[in-house]
Amino acid sequence: MAIGFEQYLQERYLRVAEKFSSNTCPGCGLGILKGLILRVIDELKIDMDNLLMVAGIGCSASYVGSAFNVDTLHTTHGRAIAFATGAKMFNPQLKVIVASGDGDLGDIGGNHLIHAARRNIDLTVIMANNMLYGMTGGQAACTTPVGALTLTTQKGNPYRPFDFPKLVKAAGAAYVARYSVTQPLALMNSIKKALETQGFSFIEVLAPCPVQFGRRNKLDTPADMFKFLMDKCISAEGLEAEELRDKIITGELSDGG
Amino acid sequence: MKTQQIRLKEINSVFPPGDYYFSGAEAMVEGAIAAGCNYYGGYPITPATEVMERMSVRLPGIGGVFMQMEDEIASISSVVGASWAGAKAMTATSGPGFSLMQETIGYAAMTETPIVIADIQRQGPSTGGIGEGAGDIMQARWGSHGNYQMIAIYPWSVQEMYDQTITAFNYAERYRTPVIILGEAVLAHQREKLCITEKVKVFERIKKPGAPPFCFEEVDGGFPLPSFGEKGRILVSGTTHEESGIRKPADSATYEALTAKLHNKIMDKKEEIVDYETYHLEEDVDVAVVAYGFTARSSLFAVEEMRQEGKKVGMLRLKTMWPFADKAVEYAGAKAKKILVPEMNKGQIVGEVMKYASCDVVSYTQTNREIIYPDVIINKLKELINGYRF
Repeated sequence: MAIGFEQYLQERYLRVAEKFSSNTCPGCGLGILKGLILRVIDELKIDMDNLLMVAGIGCSASYVGSAFNVDTLHTTHGRAIAFATGAKMFNPQLKVIVASGDGDLGDIGGNHLIHAARRNIDLTVIMANNMLYGMTGGQAACTTPVGALTLTTQKGNPYRPFDFPKLVKAAGAAYVARYSVTQPLALMNSIKKALETQGFSFIEVLAPCPVQFGRRNKLDTPADMFKFLMDKCISAEGLEAEELRDKIITGELSDGG
Repeated sequence: MKTQQIRLKEINSVFPPGDYYFSGAEAMVEGAIAAGCNYYGGYPITPATEVMERMSVRLPGIGGVFMQMEDEIASISSVVGASWAGAKAMTATSGPGFSLMQETIGYAAMTETPIVIADIQRQGPSTGGIGEGAGDIMQARWGSHGNYQMIAIYPWSVQEMYDQTITAFNYAERYRTPVIILGEAVLAHQREKLCITEKVKVFERIKKPGAPPFCFEEVDGGFPLPSFGEKGRILVSGTTHEESGIRKPADSATYEALTAKLHNKIMDKKEEIVDYETYHLEEDVDVAVVAYGFTARSSLFAVEEMRQEGKKVGMLRLKTMWPFADKAVEYAGAKAKKILVPEMNKGQIVGEVMKYASCDVVSYTQTNREIIYPDVIINKLKELINGYRF
């Protein structure tokens, strides 16, 4: 019996016991991200016996970073990059992908992120950004937009979010990009480039969290949340500063050259 | 030591055999390298920095990897990552850094990762200062949250900073667990004779392709340890998991079986792990000293002096701190009428001694940033002998 492409990807690349993102909430963007990573691995014919996935703690870490049927290090909260550094430095033959969330890699693990970029260690870091802490119920993170409502910012978030691509680029990464899961082809291309980059590569991936973020911020359905990201995330190319106000700029900041 | 002997392989010392005038920190590095250490991740901190400095010079020369990380959490995290990539890995730190490492020490216990952590103790809590102190003993045992057993060993000389570091690596591999070496500032910094022998006994890592990565049963005198890149496609997680590595965080039976394994694999082998020395305890003893680390050296000096004067004193020296030498303490308690426990803290091991000794147990604590000198112990012993009607 012929099987569909998605089923083929699942059978081939995901752990039998932890198939697809069944644990994620309805409307979650992480399944799209996972599917795109799978497609890139398939396309690049990456040796699955030599691929190490490293993840911290949280939705992205559990449902993306440690769901693949490859050597996997599901670490403590925030330290995925430090664990990955030890593994990669000791065995440079390993292809290492760190896939985790914004709270994990950015908030608690931010120091490891900038230091790994500074050292330009040959890791690919994919940071899924849902703009808050999803797994713990929806608290503000270092990525929550100003004014956004979360469980810990019930009158609106007073602080600005980190602009991670700029930060990581300044720290010295070889390849830096930001895309949204609503830009799947560009994101897939970016993941491919990141994996082919020698040195530290970093992609921030906007991933909708309709359950924790959307419903508290007047984005009542998953479709509203997706539309919000499609409207917010735009390429800066050819646009004036005025047109970019309140937008999330996507694209490559550093192309590995 | 029977099962362990099976896997101990005699290999040539990496460092040229001979007698050296080394510091404890230098001896520790050579001991680690002799045991096969080929990854070190660390962060500078007094009084442990000398370990890191020598590692940075020695490891690249023998094909090892040295990483100076951004903090102690990153250090131990990189050590765990390297261990799963196939390294024999260690880090060294002191109190403040040791506190930062606790979560990942628990992760290493949960994931049964062989790593070695040296804690060269100093004053605490907090920054405290860099003077003498031995206040991290209970932290070594209970520092991380949850249910696990810990192996912690406690050297007392430069020679033992070498020998016990080899033992630490062998235990880490044998039991697939983090092992802590409790050092003291004085032990890391003092220089004395170090004898490096031609042959070193090193535990051979057990490889068993196809075995579950966290198998419950011992194979060939230990637990097989796969590494990344060996086609095993292993899932290593600090979340409650089955033998296969598959996560079952909300499954009661899985959690109970896992915690039982983490406990039993060490406690069932307590007798082969626990090491100690006795002095004059087989003779008539009125007062026995139970001591460890540098304090045991002062204590031994005091005991020998008083024996010469005909006083009935003896000593038990704890070489392993965890698991605790309960039977040895029981024996000392049965032999002596009183036990003195001198410590460079506010009394940590004295409580353990009280648990197992049937006689009176007296604590002597000193937290003045200095080692406990022999005359202090002599005076204390005299007080106990004179104040006691035998």
